[in-house]
Amino acid sequence: MDYETLMQILGSTVRLGTPLLLACLAGLFSERSGIFDIGLEGKMLAAAMAAGSVAALTGSAWIGLGAGIAASLIFAMLHGVASITFRGNQLISGVALNFLASGMTVLVAQALFGQGGRTPPLSGAARFDPITLPFVETLKDVPLIGPLYAQVISGHSILVYAAFAFVPLSWWVLNRTRFGLRLRAVGENPAAVDTAGVSVVGLRFAAVAITGVLCGVAGAYMATALQAGFGREMTAGRGYIALAALIFAKWRPWQALGATMLFGFFQALALRPDVVEGVVGVKVPVSALDALPYVLTVLVLAGFVGKAIPPRAGGEPYVKER
Amino acid sequence: MNKLPSWADVVLVPLISLLLAAMVAAIVLLSIGQSPSEALSIMVEGAFGSANGWGYTLYYATSFMFTGLSVTVAFHAGLFNIGGEGQAQLGGLGVALVCLALPWPHWTVALLAATLGAALFGAAWAAIPAYLQAKRGSHIVITTIMFNYIASAFIVYMLVDVLRPAGQMDPASARFPAGAKLPAISDMPFLRELFAKLNADGTPKLTKAGVAMYSNVPANVTLLIAIAACVAVWLLLWRTRLGYQIRAFGKSEAASKYAGINPVKITMIAMLISGALAGMMAINNVMGESERLLQNSAEGAGFIGIAVALMGRNHPLGVFLAAILFGFLYQGGAALGLNTTIPIEMRIVVQGLVILFTGALDQMVRMLLVWVFSFGRKAAA
Repeated sequence: MDYETLMQILGSTVRLGTPLLLACLAGLFSERSGIFDIGLEGKMLAAAMAAGSVAALTGSAWIGLGAGIAASLIFAMLHGVASITFRGNQLISGVALNFLASGMTVLVAQALFGQGGRTPPLSGAARFDPITLPFVETLKDVPLIGPLYAQVISGHSILVYAAFAFVPLSWWVLNRTRFGLRLRAVGENPAAVDTAGVSVVGLRFAAVAITGVLCGVAGAYMATALQAGFGREMTAGRGYIALAALIFAKWRPWQALGATMLFGFFQALALRPDVVEGVVGVKVPVSALDALPYVLTVLVLAGFVGKAIPPRAGGEPYVKER
Repeated sequence: MNKLPSWADVVLVPLISLLLAAMVAAIVLLSIGQSPSEALSIMVEGAFGSANGWGYTLYYATSFMFTGLSVTVAFHAGLFNIGGEGQAQLGGLGVALVCLALPWPHWTVALLAATLGAALFGAAWAAIPAYLQAKRGSHIVITTIMFNYIASAFIVYMLVDVLRPAGQMDPASARFPAGAKLPAISDMPFLRELFAKLNADGTPKLTKAGVAMYSNVPANVTLLIAIAACVAVWLLLWRTRLGYQIRAFGKSEAASKYAGINPVKITMIAMLISGALAGMMAINNVMGESERLLQNSAEGAGFIGIAVALMGRNHPLGVFLAAILFGFLYQGGAALGLNTTIPIEMRIVVQGLVILFTGALDQMVRMLLVWVFSFGRKAAA
């Protein structure tokens, strides 16, 4: 594998890792507040459909982004009502919303466009185009750094840069603000937060709403930047991989960046069987490469995580004493 | 807090949840410009209106009984097995390997061997997530989901590179030998009366020799095995020491550990049984219907098991009834996809709604009922 190929793969690592990163940060807020969310997948899918459809109808990727966030927020609020207000089982609620999203997206896309549950292909202003950062031409001839800058750092859509900006932002919100302190506290010991006179329900709904917004961006990115339009089941398990990355990252933003880029790298490798074959030296079946991200996720979960300690109150509904 | 009478908890809560799910489904249909009442009548006609429809309803119900029981057993151990889909696909591989291994002399022998193969492969696929949960604390929900994806990639590999006969284009195994063909319900005495062909005036249609005619249906002898499995799971959970340990472990891990129950052992056993049940679904669809292994053979039945188990309140009798309900939804949904412009995905929406209302919003329904019942009490006082 030469340097140029490596840069290409790293470039697609960033592109494929971005939805994972956004979904992972989304899950981070929810789970740090004590609400398990395996519905990241469904929220992304709903957002992808809404963003793709609205972008196709209005011709504006930005309005599409707004619609994606709105659709994802609706699902997030449903999850909140089921698991916070009515103290339902958070895992089951997540599974239910995933199925609901899986079916509804096809139903709505079919009702809107009649193209077998897809949106028409998007082009022009209906998509987020890659941005070429300044100095690409100037640095082009610098060895090593030039291709790195051109292929890996420059040439992504604005949502990619936004996703990377969310990492320090999330860290700052969680660790340096009053809201973040309370959010983390409510995930560890909601009774203490309640005693201090802060609303557990309010905090958890706020966290779930942030999850909705971030999943919305992730879904919109899938349909309007990574690909040109929505297709059925287009998220293909990314919500679950993001969850695995969240555990790998031990529920911390910077580690989430590392974990999701690692999984993005696996996905990028699966797209380049020729490169894998060249490095490994034997012919690898395509399905083995398809399974690679999932197998590695299991391996990561099985042992290389170290001890991952989830937020202590995760998954348990809070019953206020009277 | 007011308690509900137990009959209301067992009967009313699932029924009202179902009603709510149906109402939301109707709203969904209205909002995409379809008529819910028309859709319902097409579904009922498609699922119950003909012997063929009935046969498909029972055929799907058979699969859902297995996957529903699979989820139920794991639930009682406090484990959420979302991997039924992958386990059922692996069960299909087990069935295919067994059926293709020998020229089976009689279907009874083949069925016995194939059931073992299906259960073994399904259990093996559940064993790894179970071990990781028990020993390494990896969350079983995520590992079983990952194993679903790995299973489908593995099956594609097996079909394309290993099991596909030379010269065949589509990724599928060879056809199973004739000796491995399971009798359909319409071939069996007594049961076949359900599928008698009728004349327009309701009298049985007869051949020229005066013998009654029966429709050919996909529901097969596996239905009886599924019913037996319902009974067996009930016996296991409520009439054996192991079942007691499983339920105790699911109620409180700490208390059961204190009582000397080995958590690793119970996690492993419960998941192995769960995986075996999901795998056994394959004798219905792979051996009984398609008679060769196809890609994506489970067709989502593994996931429907979650809805069936929740709707059936994790009791084998409930699972049996819920499986028939979902058989109706599935066959009726297929009729919708065939006869209307409503996409077949409508059944996934209904499935999601049922899981949402019976599994996550059951507390809401219960609160609602407590409120209604409190009126009754005030009126009586």
